[in-house]
Amino acid sequence: MSERKTAGFFDIRNVIGALLGLYGVILLLTAAFHSGGPKGTDNSDNWWGGAALLLTGVIFLAWAKLRPIVVADQPSQDS
Amino acid sequence: MYSLTLIQASWIDYVIIALYFAFVLGIGVVASRGVSDSVDFFLSGRSLPAWVTGLAFISANLGAVEIMGMSANGAQYGLPSVHYFWIGAIPAMLFLGVVMMPFYYGSKVRSVPEFMLRRFGPGAHLVNAISFAIAQLLIAGINLYLLGAIVHALLGWPLWLALIVAALIVLSYITLGGLRAAIYNEVLQFFVIVAALTPLTIIGLHRVGGWDGLKDKITEAASHPGASSTAAQQLHSWPGTNLTGFSSDLLSIIGIVFGLGFVLSFGYWTTNFVEVQRAMASQSITAARSTPIIGAFPKIFIPFITILPGMIAAVLITEISKIKAGGTVPGGSSGDGVTFNDSLIFMMRDLLPNGLLGVAITGLLASFMAGMAANISAFNTVLSYDLWERYIVKDRSDAYYLRIGRLATVAATVIAIFTASLASNFSNIMNYLQTLFGFFNAPLFATFIVGMFWKRMTATAGWVGLVSGTLSAIVVAFLSKDAFGSWSTGTLNLSGQGASFVAAGAAFVVDLVLSIVVSLFTQPKPAEELTGLVYSETPRSSLVDADAVDYPWYRRPVPLAGVALVLVIILNVIF
Repeated sequence: MSERKTAGFFDIRNVIGALLGLYGVILLLTAAFHSGGPKGTDNSDNWWGGAALLLTGVIFLAWAKLRPIVVADQPSQDS
Repeated sequence: MYSLTLIQASWIDYVIIALYFAFVLGIGVVASRGVSDSVDFFLSGRSLPAWVTGLAFISANLGAVEIMGMSANGAQYGLPSVHYFWIGAIPAMLFLGVVMMPFYYGSKVRSVPEFMLRRFGPGAHLVNAISFAIAQLLIAGINLYLLGAIVHALLGWPLWLALIVAALIVLSYITLGGLRAAIYNEVLQFFVIVAALTPLTIIGLHRVGGWDGLKDKITEAASHPGASSTAAQQLHSWPGTNLTGFSSDLLSIIGIVFGLGFVLSFGYWTTNFVEVQRAMASQSITAARSTPIIGAFPKIFIPFITILPGMIAAVLITEISKIKAGGTVPGGSSGDGVTFNDSLIFMMRDLLPNGLLGVAITGLLASFMAGMAANISAFNTVLSYDLWERYIVKDRSDAYYLRIGRLATVAATVIAIFTASLASNFSNIMNYLQTLFGFFNAPLFATFIVGMFWKRMTATAGWVGLVSGTLSAIVVAFLSKDAFGSWSTGTLNLSGQGASFVAAGAAFVVDLVLSIVVSLFTQPKPAEELTGLVYSETPRSSLVDADAVDYPWYRRPVPLAGVALVLVIILNVIF
């Protein structure tokens, strides 16, 4: 185990976390500033959707931060 | 009245869609350029934890056909549609992980047809490889048709133009992303789809007044004249007579358990190269066996975000409730009238505000892309390595076969466009798909299972069983009332999904009987050639990892499979 490198951004959890987190932020901004929208829909639903997505995104980023995948000479299964 | 487009997307939704494609293409560019970081990229791929391969495994199946087809089934039949998951997928996935995977993994074959080649020789191999390749083209066409339908609904383009543009998008997605980025995209896609469908379900449930409100509304709608199935049929998963079209409860249960649960689903999940490939590529036998078993857990809960929104659409969306009461409504995503397949699109139109709407559109687009990409790349692999290299032009350089693979991608895309226009003739896409599975997969499972456990089974029996099984399914479909639409003669009193179940059952039984009879009259392969391919000729030690016994229970395949099985039984009792 001489060479210990982490997978960095290319850890799939970071990719998932970044995308879902960004979606969460966009939805929260939409909830706060957008008006109008298709008839019969409720813009305030974006508050719930945005918060849930942001939370999920942050959980994935935190998981990747706390338990990084270590790329070693001998690929080990990390869970 | 609605305007030219079904869905009114705003710039916010387009930003969300664009962001997804930026991520997907970004993964593709990094994968194809091979920058220094890509070492990490691919190495981390090799040490991916089992939850990632498990998600990729079901993601390959969670295409748009599945999502829209299942919500269509939910709208039309109600709760009995859950059988496609709890009966028609989970047991087979567990069986694949527990029983069959050691043979696939242990024999070190690169594809499922290659296993056929080693076990039965060229006859069965050719039949399997060709029928698989054709099936992939057809399914890619269905995926493309649905993708075109979404683009049509979103932008208001005519279907034919939407088909061509969508095909070009998928083509560039495959070329740029390549096979290497596939797993990442599939896992990403899984989360986007869940993020797309969950709000739709929750908001929909809220609008109809929760589960009790939904039950009341379905009961009320079913009491009108013209309703095709009763409230009791729609609100209980068993016996599912409205799904199978059988009038007898007992026959319906047998049809679902044997036709769907055993023949169709085992045929699909245990022999489909697109699925099995995910597990074959993992790092150890234990990881390979765990892949479908871990995938089973999210699979158990997918009906709640696909079938449930369909059921809600049938009472909440005016257009869908009208066609369910036997009426017709012009328009819809196909342009020639609303169908049950439009349920999800209408739900998105009526329930989701801009923002969440963008996420939902992205989820659908993502599933089309991944679904079609998976079909076309599986087609490539089988065409260039199993067919072209083995039978047509042998012993050429690697670069040559790579070029063949690229040409096949383009050809497959063009063919898929034509298949897509075929698919639009069927009102319920699942019918069409199940019919196909019956033809190709049902006899396959019989041949595999006999071949794996009976060393006496011969090469001739291999291809004879496959061909006659497939033909008998086609015959049953022609004799049914509607399995082939207007081409079916109606000699047999079978319709709806029931016809598919019987066709698949016939294929299985014919294959089984002929495999045994033909084997008794032909010469079996010598036993030493069957090591790793047949149960009795394979040493037990090569079927398991030596160190797997020390893992905690949640990392061992068999206990995990037991938990999944118990979960499915509980859900069947509740609903």
